[in-house]
Amino acid sequence: MKLREIAHSRTGDKGNISNISVIAYDAKHYPLLLEQVTAARVKSHFAGVVQGEVVRYELPNLAALNFVMDQALGGGVTRSLALDAHGKSLSSALLDLDIVPAPDGN
Amino acid sequence: MRTIRIGSGAGYSGDRIEPAIELAEKGDIQYLVFECLGERTVALAQQARMKDPDSGFDPLLEERMRAVLPVCAAKGIKIVTNMGAANPEAAARKTAEIARSLGLPSLKVAAIVGDDVLDACKEGDLPIMEFDGTIKQLGNRLLSANAYLGAEPMAQALAAGADVVITGRASDPALFLAPMIHAFGWAMDDWNLLGQGTVAGHLLECAGQITGGYFADPGYKDVADLARLGFPIGEVGEDGSLVVTKVAGSGGAVTEQTCKEQLLYEVHDPTKYFQPDVVADFSQVRIEEIGPDRVRVSGGRGTKRTDTLKVSVGYVDSYIGEGQISYAGPGALARGRLALEIVRERLKLTNVAASELRFELVGVDSLHGPEVSARAGEPYEVRVRVAGRTENLREAIRIGNEVETLYTNGPAAGGGAWKSARDVVAVASVLLPRELAKSQIRFVGA
Repeated sequence: MKLREIAHSRTGDKGNISNISVIAYDAKHYPLLLEQVTAARVKSHFAGVVQGEVVRYELPNLAALNFVMDQALGGGVTRSLALDAHGKSLSSALLDLDIVPAPDGN
Repeated sequence: MRTIRIGSGAGYSGDRIEPAIELAEKGDIQYLVFECLGERTVALAQQARMKDPDSGFDPLLEERMRAVLPVCAAKGIKIVTNMGAANPEAAARKTAEIARSLGLPSLKVAAIVGDDVLDACKEGDLPIMEFDGTIKQLGNRLLSANAYLGAEPMAQALAAGADVVITGRASDPALFLAPMIHAFGWAMDDWNLLGQGTVAGHLLECAGQITGGYFADPGYKDVADLARLGFPIGEVGEDGSLVVTKVAGSGGAVTEQTCKEQLLYEVHDPTKYFQPDVVADFSQVRIEEIGPDRVRVSGGRGTKRTDTLKVSVGYVDSYIGEGQISYAGPGALARGRLALEIVRERLKLTNVAASELRFELVGVDSLHGPEVSARAGEPYEVRVRVAGRTENLREAIRIGNEVETLYTNGPAAGGGAWKSARDVVAVASVLLPRELAKSQIRFVGA
């Protein structure tokens, strides 16, 4: 299944750094996010977009992850040549990630 | 326990105005905050002020103030806003003038000045955080340097009786923190309260982004009545307790999901959200729905503020030239790609001096690049887009021209060509010792 089935997401921007939250609709899916939505996978999913490091922060109270992606916004929001200089649309791309369901069907 | 209700009347400078009127009329609020100052807006406003000393504040200030001052004055709602941009005093004078013209001569308007730290930054020749270089190395490309001020001067202005407080650059959450500090007498070193107050301010500052805006995804996240989106209200208790809600009957929704998305919006390390007044910690925050459009948010904490203030530095970075043209129907993708190849070759043949270029097809790969976009099928129509960075306007113009000439020289059936060339005012940051930014409150008589 796609990440979109179990999580929602929002992108924020500061300078040349993009952050993307990945939030489980149901807290029972948080372990799946922890296990499968890793910083390395996010970095490779955004090949050609994110030039820098990807760091993942975990927020168990919210059943959410926060990915901070360096050098992700074409040199920075205020100077980028990109159509979507803020990277607002990146969250939707991340929700296209493939997720293997848990063995119990969840 | 004492509680105040703070409405968020704008999430950016061009935001809708009637949701703010709705908040003032029906929101049962005591404070109305307008966050209208984007990262680079203050640099652009500084350019305007250099041309006209009475300008340099938010272009929608007059329209917003005319819309809300009568009802705010009648109900005693205090207004806090950063619409002062590069010229808070002129904005305050303008607001007082509007108040007089509306028959509200006793309205007290205060400007907070002192965020302009250009001289201090030049003197210290501070290093730039985003790239190798210092303030002095920007030379005559340097336009502005504005420190993110904290809540204290705004809270003091409210304590001194201001009905309207107008700042320039201040931290966005601080616009909301100021009424809390004023109403509850929070100490400026009660880090946990200031941290939880920052959570409230952070959630509210983008207005519609917590009431269902920037959220809807049909079939997954449906939101009713987005055309009449209501703006948020924060009910804050003197112990920092917070319920986020909105005006009954307005469009949109306040849910656990909208609040979680906004809590993490533009956040990096959630344990360290740097603010002028506190380093807020969002990591232990809990979010629970307690009723329709009512969400309780608790657990925000904080640690001691840092000795520096972040300063937004505006500078002329470069020029950008751009051109677009569309192709549709069978073969649109191939013709779009051919068009891009033609422009790529033309820019070389004619020696256009660009330090960076983008060739892309809107509808195919313009947002996420060819690698991420390779998974999708062929679209019915495509829009060619070429953008490039240059050192001057003349070169920038040539980029759009090379796209436009595709009309008569390019692939079949190209339509809707468009071009632009502009200078780029960009923003970088430096850290300034906080004692070098001296804020002052200036009252303007109505």
